[in-house]
Amino acid sequence: MNLISLFITSAIVNNIIFSQFLGACPFLGVSKKIDTAAGMGIAVIFVITLASVITYIVQKAILDTLGLQYLQTIMFILIIAALVQFVEMFLKKSAPGLYQALGIYLPLITTNCAVLGVAIINITKEYNFIEAMVNSVGTSLGFFIAIVLFAGVRDKVDNADLPESLKGSAISLVAAGLMSIAFLGFSGLQL
Amino acid sequence: MNKLDIFKNGITKENPILVQQVGMCATLAVTTSLLNGIGMGIAVIAVLTGSNIVISLLRKFIPDEVRIPAFVIIIAAFTTIVDLLMHAYTFALYQALGVFIPLIVVNCLILARAEAFAFKNGVVDSIIDGLGMGAGYLVAMILLSSVREFLGNGTLFGINVLPASYEPMMIAIQPPGAFIILGLLIGLVNYLSRRKKA
Repeated sequence: MNLISLFITSAIVNNIIFSQFLGACPFLGVSKKIDTAAGMGIAVIFVITLASVITYIVQKAILDTLGLQYLQTIMFILIIAALVQFVEMFLKKSAPGLYQALGIYLPLITTNCAVLGVAIINITKEYNFIEAMVNSVGTSLGFFIAIVLFAGVRDKVDNADLPESLKGSAISLVAAGLMSIAFLGFSGLQL
Repeated sequence: MNKLDIFKNGITKENPILVQQVGMCATLAVTTSLLNGIGMGIAVIAVLTGSNIVISLLRKFIPDEVRIPAFVIIIAAFTTIVDLLMHAYTFALYQALGVFIPLIVVNCLILARAEAFAFKNGVVDSIIDGLGMGAGYLVAMILLSSVREFLGNGTLFGINVLPASYEPMMIAIQPPGAFIILGLLIGLVNYLSRRKKA
């Protein structure tokens, strides 16, 4: 598969939320306003890309060479947790402005299954290093697109006159489903 | 709180999916068939109860400052055990659930129970809480996956339950169906609990 089509596939056709269902928690939790959604989206792009580089290297250099593949889950989650912590400390010291903008989203990302999910998918699909990177950037960009679009939709939905029982997460899920139908339209795309 | 209340709490009042809405990723993804939904539910019960037991036993030894990393390692260990067991004994299910088995480790439900219950309560109560929350998760998985399989395929457990003339609603087992049916289920639960209060 060539890299451009891999990128478009991972960003749009197999959108991480609408067709793979990874990262649904922050997608539903942090999408009340467009600017917080965008902040979360950028933080996720940053962490997924970094985490994919490190987990890929650890998998190939340490786990595969020592035959310790069964430790994959434990290793990866520790790497991601430590990485998020380091990124947080680094940003706090060297880029206070960025830290202000992203700070509150970073701790949430440790338990974002998108990060661990992309790291594991990179390994199970047997991508080479370049493909893994393209897949990570594409997938996280897909997350950004989805959460920002969804925040826009939710803004309108919240003002709609709804039956009391459907207010809140129920109607949000239905709205996400309708957006997912729109994204399903990309699956016919010939790449 | 007596033991039965702890157990029932997880199924009804604080149902992890239908009320608290945590751990949604796997819920949405694997409920395309009843068998997958039940398999995932049982895997989560195993990890949740196991990690609740160990965390409750170790709660006097784990310092407060490092409790979250400690929880994560314990949960990851149980997830790995379940992953390897399913790989060995239920290979077809293992392949159907795919990446969502290792992802149990980041299921917020399990971390939330560790933090909110097991770290503060005794072993017996923690086991009951794990089983109750797990049962609540399983019930929600069964509800969602049976509706999706029934509408999307006309089958339950892969057996035809509708006449051959039934035209399956493909959308129900495709990704959009997961969002819409879960949204409507949550709406229904809201409606029922509002009516009970009124």
